[in-house]
Amino acid sequence: MRTHRRFLIAAALSAVALAPTLAQAQAAPKLKVGLMLPYTGTYAALGNAIENGFKLYVEEKGGKLGGREIEYFKVDDESAPPKATDNVNKLVKRDDVDVLIGTVHSGVAMAMAKVAKDTGTLMIDPNAGADAVTGPMCAPNIFRSSFSNWQPGYAMGEVLAKRGVKTAVTITWNYSAGAESVNGFKEAFEKGGGKVLKDLTVPFPSQEFQALLTEIASIKPDAVYTFFAGAGAVKFVKDYAAAGLKKTVPLYGAGFLTDGTLDAQGDAADGLETTLHYADGLNTARDNAFRLAYAKAYKLQPDVYAVQGYDAAQMLNIGLTAVKGDTSKKAEFAAALRKAKIDSPRGTFALSKSHNPVQDMYLRKVVGHENKMVSIAVKGLADPGRGCKM
Amino acid sequence: MDLAGFLIQCLNSLQYGLLLFLVASGLTLIFGIMGVINLAHGSFYMIGAYMAYALAPIVAATFGGGFVSTLLLGLVLAVVLGYLLEWAFFSFLYEREHLQQVLMTYGLILVFEELRSILVGDDVHGVAAPDWLSGTIPLGDVMTYPVYRLFISAVCLALAVAMYFVFSRTRLGMMIRAGSTNREMVQSLGVDIKFLYRVVFAAGVAIAVLAGMIAAPVSSIYPGMGNQVLIFCFVVVVIGGIGSIRGAMLAALLIGVVDTFGKVLFPEAAGVLVYVLMALVLLWKPDGLFRAGS
Repeated sequence: MRTHRRFLIAAALSAVALAPTLAQAQAAPKLKVGLMLPYTGTYAALGNAIENGFKLYVEEKGGKLGGREIEYFKVDDESAPPKATDNVNKLVKRDDVDVLIGTVHSGVAMAMAKVAKDTGTLMIDPNAGADAVTGPMCAPNIFRSSFSNWQPGYAMGEVLAKRGVKTAVTITWNYSAGAESVNGFKEAFEKGGGKVLKDLTVPFPSQEFQALLTEIASIKPDAVYTFFAGAGAVKFVKDYAAAGLKKTVPLYGAGFLTDGTLDAQGDAADGLETTLHYADGLNTARDNAFRLAYAKAYKLQPDVYAVQGYDAAQMLNIGLTAVKGDTSKKAEFAAALRKAKIDSPRGTFALSKSHNPVQDMYLRKVVGHENKMVSIAVKGLADPGRGCKM
Repeated sequence: MDLAGFLIQCLNSLQYGLLLFLVASGLTLIFGIMGVINLAHGSFYMIGAYMAYALAPIVAATFGGGFVSTLLLGLVLAVVLGYLLEWAFFSFLYEREHLQQVLMTYGLILVFEELRSILVGDDVHGVAAPDWLSGTIPLGDVMTYPVYRLFISAVCLALAVAMYFVFSRTRLGMMIRAGSTNREMVQSLGVDIKFLYRVVFAAGVAIAVLAGMIAAPVSSIYPGMGNQVLIFCFVVVVIGGIGSIRGAMLAALLIGVVDTFGKVLFPEAAGVLVYVLMALVLLWKPDGLFRAGS
């Protein structure tokens, strides 16, 4: 009697278990998208904006990319490089994702790129600007929808040199993103005839700038170029204004200085000029449509991070469409993307040989808590992709 | 570096040192004097900074605004929070090992961060200094010094003097010090040590929250900000000698000098200089500069 009942239960269970398998066998399996983004910590807001942007594009395409439904796997990378390899392996080995989307922190992105390169998993970097991702670490299966740290720096260097600024001091955190941004600035600024008098650095993530502001006051350069982001950017801009330097030594920076931070910076940021691949008030039909759709979907204004997430989904769609949803055809996937013109809200861009966007860099000015577009600082700026062998 | 530059850097050192003392003084009380390892100290600082941001509009709507009334409301809330936390969690920890204290207070960090995320969100915020403190003093020909930073220094000094006076010159301070050495003995002498500690703990939390609120206008307010200050707070308390307010003050000023001049003179090593200082002090005096009772 007992065995009989057991048999019945087992039969019923297996029927339940088999039913969905049979149904799935008819449609293509869902595309497994691994979102490895910061959902806690300093960069949580950025991670959420990227995910929102990504999902907005997927929704616009009716929930499918390249004809395949999407299944998301999420890992909070906490912007913690020590945990990065374990985290990316959760997605690649445990969840067996088809594509990795991530991340914000450059150190974490480098660990992701390493795993992606070793395993051949498709990866799209929707923010982290480490030059190396599309430099020495470049690979046929690794793409970036954002920027390289070199790009905004180079654009600002060119703008200041053209204006006839003679001397500058740079200040940033003593870490690779800051150094890369400053190097880009220096390259263009000194090529245009300017001279960088001193490179100042603060240990990351210290926010005590007073000693170095005093140093700037004693050097008295014509301009200061800076790379800070997030909370550090808020503090630096406020301290710079409070030290009275804003009136005597104009401050310029990579766009992150004033992106997503303007409410917190208040009046201290008014009039600051920065360079980035996105700006407020672009006023193109494409950007306006994107902004409206984003605002409707999330009751939030989109920022550059949302654009980068949105474009990561676009790039994935272009590649997938070319291979008809078959992610094993990596060479064709990459070939399609290399030829593509990506219709981004920031303006159309293509990918360089090393898979970094070749894009217009905008000069922006802070007016009324917005990063208003002033002009195009450099048209179609391509990262040199130094060290990339592909 | 010319003389004027040197003097300005000295002022920067002093001011940064005093700010560090302000942030670390609550920990001196809870870790140094009560002997509880409190990793959540940074969270109290964060709560203070977020209070400065979130309470200001509420205070403006109900009492017509004001920097001082926001501070007072924040302090009242902090005392209540500290009192409740001691009653619910910390009162069970005094007799336990340090490891258990570390575990529980680490858990509190996670809880506070999550609550902050739910209540205020994950954005970076800034708070403006009140109008009557937002002026600047000219310093050389290109630079100015914000009055608010001088105000912070004044608050730190006042707090340091008050703490020192209470602990070494009053009956209350004597009872607290006695309790930290031998709880049972003080209890048997008829002092309500449980209540006393609850009050001291609440005061420690209130000082950390006050530090966060006062520092808010010169720092940015962001998720995880407490973890940044926590390490420096422990460095201050350990260099100064556990339980010594005088030592904490001296340690904070030393760190201010080393950090400021380190950034200017040895930028490559600036990140580690403070810890080198700590290592050297501990080699020379393993108990810190002033061990309480020595």
